[in-house]
Amino acid sequence: MKLINKLWIGIGVLIFISPIGLILPEHFKAGSAWGEWGGDEIQKFLGYMPEGFEKLSSLWNAPMPDYAFKGWEVKGLGPLSFAYILSAVIGVLLCVGAVWILGKFLSKK
Amino acid sequence: MHIPDGYLGPATCGFFYLLMLPIWTIASKIVKKTLSVKQVPMLAIGAAFSFVIMMLNVPIPGGTTGHAVGGVLVAILLGPWAACIALTVALVIQALLFGDGGITAIGANCFNMAFVLPFVGYYMYKAISHNAPIDSKRRVIAAGIAGYIGINVAAFLAGVEFGLQPLLCHAANGQSLYCPYGLKVAVPVMLGEHLLVFGWIEAIVTALVIKYLQKHSPELIKNKEVAE
Repeated sequence: MKLINKLWIGIGVLIFISPIGLILPEHFKAGSAWGEWGGDEIQKFLGYMPEGFEKLSSLWNAPMPDYAFKGWEVKGLGPLSFAYILSAVIGVLLCVGAVWILGKFLSKK
Repeated sequence: MHIPDGYLGPATCGFFYLLMLPIWTIASKIVKKTLSVKQVPMLAIGAAFSFVIMMLNVPIPGGTTGHAVGGVLVAILLGPWAACIALTVALVIQALLFGDGGITAIGANCFNMAFVLPFVGYYMYKAISHNAPIDSKRRVIAAGIAGYIGINVAAFLAGVEFGLQPLLCHAANGQSLYCPYGLKVAVPVMLGEHLLVFGWIEAIVTALVIKYLQKHSPELIKNKEVAE
């Protein structure tokens, strides 16, 4: 098999096991990454919401926040793992698409 | 170390966007001169790989989570400038679509993870593996060390960026307007967690893939000219 195909299979395997990145932190109650807390967590830690933080943090509404669908936080790890894999597939396809378009401009003829 | 919206003030965000503009421009020019059409699929794999590896969060039980970036590996295989492009693609998609990293912080996050991380890692690997045969163990060790150092320098910088906010922007009562934690907290935490845990994951991933490629497609590792 050509190397490039082997590497794509590798990416496929990574996508398939990606929910590990969701389940392990949940299992070990690891919480958010440091410095990546949402507004509620900040409010809880500090007892106040930094003024600028409040304004900037709501600037952008990502369509699939935290690699899930809006409102799925309560759905449990099964559906969230499904959303995580789907996010990985979408993300990888977009990466490939973006690089392919960039490649049109950036590769030498 | 994806800094979200709200943690960095406007001046910091603007500064890093301005800093990245020439870097992205130079990266495009250099990649344009050196990347052959045949290498575009490898660049796509590089972007896809770093995108997915960043989703594999590893817990520090009861504490926090983190992940590898994969940028050092991409830099070793495709050169640091091509890695900069691949990582930028992954980080922009993560920010826009998945809210992982803020859109105001794309400049800063790209500086840390798409510029500093691959460049530090690449030159570290190059220095240690200098003149080593393709199949030598030294290349595997060099890749591991390069991954470890690359991600830790990036984490250190993220810590500095977080930690400067209370100094740069505060209300009349002294409360920070953005990231509330200063240098004395942010730098030791960001660097510490990467030195202790997440840096090792970057090291292991980078070293293992290089070891695999040594065996299965040494042509990827040979001392070809990647654009520097």
